[in-house]
Amino acid sequence: MNCPLLELRDLQVAVEEKIILDPIDLTINKGEVHVLMGPNGAGKSTLAAAIMGDPRFTVTRGTVTLDGEDITDTAADARARKGVFLSFQAPEEIPGVTLENFLRTAQGAVRGEQPKVMAFRRELKKQMDLLGMDGAYAERYLNVGFSGGEKKKAEILQLLMLQPKLALLDETDSGLDVDAVKTVTQGIRAYHNAENALLIITHNAKILEGLDVDRVHVLDQHRIVRTGGPELIREITEGGFGSVLSEEA
Amino acid sequence: MAEVKKTQVEPIDRSMYDFRYEVNAAFQVDSGLTPEIVETISEEKHDPDWMRAFRLKALDVYNRTALPSWGPPLDGLNMANIVTYVRPNTEMQAKWADVPDDIKNTFERLGIPQAERASLAGVGAQYDSEVVYHNVRKEVQEQGVVYTDLESALHSDHAERIREHFMHLVPPSDHKFAALHGAVWSGGSYVYVPAGVSVEIPLQSYFRLNAPGAGQFEHTLIIVEEGAYLHFIEGCSAPKYNVANLHAGCVEIYVGKNARVRYSTIENWSKNMYNLNTKRALVAEGGTIEWVSGSFGSHTSYLYPMSVLRGAGARMEFTGITFAGAGQELDTGAQVIHAAPRTSSHIVTKSIARDGGVSNFRSAVVVTKDAKDAKSSVSCESLMLDDRSRSDTIPVMDIACDQVDVGHEAKIGRISEEAVFYLMSRGLSEADARALIVGGFAEPIAKELPLEYAVEMNNLIHLEMQGTIG
Repeated sequence: MNCPLLELRDLQVAVEEKIILDPIDLTINKGEVHVLMGPNGAGKSTLAAAIMGDPRFTVTRGTVTLDGEDITDTAADARARKGVFLSFQAPEEIPGVTLENFLRTAQGAVRGEQPKVMAFRRELKKQMDLLGMDGAYAERYLNVGFSGGEKKKAEILQLLMLQPKLALLDETDSGLDVDAVKTVTQGIRAYHNAENALLIITHNAKILEGLDVDRVHVLDQHRIVRTGGPELIREITEGGFGSVLSEEA
Repeated sequence: MAEVKKTQVEPIDRSMYDFRYEVNAAFQVDSGLTPEIVETISEEKHDPDWMRAFRLKALDVYNRTALPSWGPPLDGLNMANIVTYVRPNTEMQAKWADVPDDIKNTFERLGIPQAERASLAGVGAQYDSEVVYHNVRKEVQEQGVVYTDLESALHSDHAERIREHFMHLVPPSDHKFAALHGAVWSGGSYVYVPAGVSVEIPLQSYFRLNAPGAGQFEHTLIIVEEGAYLHFIEGCSAPKYNVANLHAGCVEIYVGKNARVRYSTIENWSKNMYNLNTKRALVAEGGTIEWVSGSFGSHTSYLYPMSVLRGAGARMEFTGITFAGAGQELDTGAQVIHAAPRTSSHIVTKSIARDGGVSNFRSAVVVTKDAKDAKSSVSCESLMLDDRSRSDTIPVMDIACDQVDVGHEAKIGRISEEAVFYLMSRGLSEADARALIVGGFAEPIAKELPLEYAVEMNNLIHLEMQGTIG
């Protein structure tokens, strides 16, 4: 039985006066993996940021519903506590705050209670091992001096530590070498279960290996122009967006 | 009168010169502090004759010296009625009930135990810290270390040593408030560490400050002999409450050959305080002075600890943080004089301004012609939390030797909204996100502080940040 986790209805999103998305309709059920593709500048990142509640973007029409609750006007921190997570394309550097302290603070924030020290440490070690991250990273300042790949791994580490209901991954694989993409994919697989869902923005089929993709959406000209099954990915990677977009036209 | 003439030449600076003129006018009438008052203080303290004479001489200097003509305005200080700052000090027994609510609330939120609060207000209950203090004192005494209040030390066999050092590093002629200090100083600490002795446990003047008679004109005299080590922590990490609003303390530190002194302090005076503190260290050959300084409180601060690197290879390190909020103008920094070859100085400061606060950083690096191969680096980073706050960097360098390595770096920044969103996307409220970023900015300084002070500083930052966001 389908159980909707995220529902976007007739969504219009603008930055300042400029409309970026119009209209977006999308339903993601629990347990599903959705992929969002589209040419550069189509508004994929905007969609992910708007679902997260980025204040730079304004929802000018329509609704965002999470688990049956309208969160259209809810601030980003409250959305995070309700279970939305965004893996950033370019994660911010926070000097002076270690990755470990940050994760402890964030886990405390989303769970509503401070994690127990020993249990937290064990969990952190387990997840870092899974991602092949050196334990020393826990003591480094969040994203400061991290390479592109390390930053993305740190995002996936946060995903694993925070266990959100809905994970939005914005080009988490971009700029990564083959091995790093594999590690990230491993992390995603470890996270995914029947109760949560993913919306993955990517240009690269590699990150999807080993994941059962349910739906693929193509975003262009402010809206979703095509939706299909996993076969769409192959069409796009082989024939480019032209092939799928012209079909639509 | 020269200033008045200048006004006519440069009308654009009129307000500034008018201000100076007013100050001079005030100075002429501030005869509130008389030799009789100073003699009374001297008598109450059972000063030796030389100290009595010293006070009177300092008073004379005070009366002949004008207020500083630079720095944050001091017009909120009632210099005409200076005696009101001086006299209450001799019996500073404020009642807890008289402490303003905002300070009391801060205590509550910091979780300072009731017993300590009581003692802070001068009630003088027996409390844990008292016991700790005596234990420490016994231990260090066995090493030949002297740690006592200056008044007692003046009547001990250290009297002559004190006479040789007291206000030799900061003479009353230094500036008006040094002169005032010389005339009316009261309380403080005397520390003597004999040659070769390493004091493993930091000495804290936290406990001393609760002693009767200590207060806003306290004098700290630290003498550390050859090859010795001392970590001295001054100032209560919790907010202090004072009835009067002028603090003109003085710290003199003599660092012997190959000795090392670390001096840590967090100042969090109540927000009506004019904090005009003078701190100075004289460092002999191969010696090291390390300053760790946090300024959070007071209405106006002038605070620039100076290190005089007199012996070859002497070193100084200064790590400081200043946090200025609404109505505060904190003018802080560090000074160093390289007066010998291969001396080195390393100054790192962070300043935070919010809610219309002003946080200025002043540094002075002087390299004399004798300081061949001296090295100096100054780095100052400011974070402004809104558009109404201000932060200026005013570095001065006076270099008279061409074989030196001197660097200065200044950065001024704001909290990025992208960073705030990033943290909020992980569940942190906006206030917590901002506090975390500010805490991270302060972290390199916090790392240098004793643990309990670092925790305290973090708490203070969170308190201040809560005030920002409501």
